[in-house]
Amino acid sequence: MKLDELTKGVFKQNPIFYLMLGLCPVLAVSTRVDNALGMGLCVFFVLVGSNVIISIFKHRIPSQVRIPCFIVVIASFVTIVDLLMHGYAPELHERLGIYLPLIVVNCIILGRAEAFASRKSVFHSFLDGVGMSIGFMLGIVGIAICREALSTGKIAIFDCTIVPTFTQSPSVMMTLPPGAFLTIGIIMALINYKNIRKEGR
Amino acid sequence: MPELIVSPSPHIRNEVSIEKIMYSVIIALIPTTACGVYFFGVHALYVIITCILSALFTEYVALRLMGRKFVMDGSAVITGLLLALCLPPGLPLWMAAIGAAFAIAFAKCAFGGLGHNIFNPALIGRAFLTASWPVAMTTWTKPLTYDAITTATPLGLWKMQHIATPSINLALGNVSGCIGETSAIAILIGGVFLIAKRYTDWRTPLSYIGTVAVLAFVLGQDPIFHILAGGLFLGAFFMATEYVTTPITSKGRIIFGVGAGIIVVVIRLIGGYPEGVCFSILLMNAFTPLIDRHVRPRVYGVKRKSFFVSSANKGD
Repeated sequence: MKLDELTKGVFKQNPIFYLMLGLCPVLAVSTRVDNALGMGLCVFFVLVGSNVIISIFKHRIPSQVRIPCFIVVIASFVTIVDLLMHGYAPELHERLGIYLPLIVVNCIILGRAEAFASRKSVFHSFLDGVGMSIGFMLGIVGIAICREALSTGKIAIFDCTIVPTFTQSPSVMMTLPPGAFLTIGIIMALINYKNIRKEGR
Repeated sequence: MPELIVSPSPHIRNEVSIEKIMYSVIIALIPTTACGVYFFGVHALYVIITCILSALFTEYVALRLMGRKFVMDGSAVITGLLLALCLPPGLPLWMAAIGAAFAIAFAKCAFGGLGHNIFNPALIGRAFLTASWPVAMTTWTKPLTYDAITTATPLGLWKMQHIATPSINLALGNVSGCIGETSAIAILIGGVFLIAKRYTDWRTPLSYIGTVAVLAFVLGQDPIFHILAGGLFLGAFFMATEYVTTPITSKGRIIFGVGAGIIVVVIRLIGGYPEGVCFSILLMNAFTPLIDRHVRPRVYGVKRKSFFVSSANKGD
């Protein structure tokens, strides 16, 4: 099924909560919802682009040097995103900082290139890239919503307040790495709990 | 004619049970608790009660979620009480409740409940609160004034302004600090009670406090001040001796105490925090499996080996 290639990345094989890939940017950037959105969009562009290009050239890439070839393709897309963002969204570019060029070594993108795009057709690879990056974006934004709400007491996306301040003494720890680990752990535990209950029925 | 009973060992059982030990520890903590309430007033009592109730409630909910039966074995009460004793007396009650819930849910039940935790739950609760609300966790109330006059703790005064507090105040407890870390004498009474009942081992507190004293003396500090100030007594007698998270052999307990003592002195003299008891015990908790693995007691009947050979051969 074609639709299955799209939805599996969002739910059944969500890169963050099931494959547990690409956790480094998730831990680092999910302190604020707008950072997470920016990171999600970058990953979307790079993943879809690299999946399509690698899928097109899959028969031309010698298997001995396939990883360097994938990296070259991915790095080109990351450079495009980096330069575009530097030009049009300099503030977000600054906040994402080193994690923007580090998308090159993001496990999801290389993982999808190696495991999916280098074997499947162009259209399927495109659907897979879209599904996976939507799954990634949902995960990272979900974590960022929890962390920003608990660590600042409000949620504001690009200076526009979504949830007004509800507590005067928010928890500083949620901006720190332990907060990210805790949030991911709790969400994963809830998903697993739900799945176990479903299987038990 | 007596029946012949065939059963696997153990054949002789001790009367000691988890409940008995836990309630003895609670009894041993009564002098410290009373001192804290006497010096810091009724709000300290509210913090203690909030922590205990929150710990019990969280344990009940977590065990129900895990599909287990809730047993009133007193361990949650101890976690709540110990956490409250290492909190500032003026802490908002909702923060105390969250700290106790975090301690039980994440440091204890997430690892599998009583007997399976790696780190001391009460100290994890404190570390969580320190990381989450650093300002509230370092706002200290002056003792015997019963209102929110904020001061620095003896260790804070010593570190920031180089003012030493008289040892007699430290021993009696007429100093600012956490609810339970004021009076060294009250803690000592409880600790000696537990050691006399043989529920805790004297080796851990002695090696812990001794290391701090010796190191402080060697490094040119006042050893009496360093062992009496801060939470060292509370940590040494009630937290470094917890059964689950500390080594089980006598040699391992000495190593644990010495290691924790070194970390305390390093944090106090070099680190950014004025006090390091909480982190020293947590760090040594992480080393406990390693210590237990390397100081296994000799099996009865097996030949004694030299230290180097035995430790080299134990890499199994």
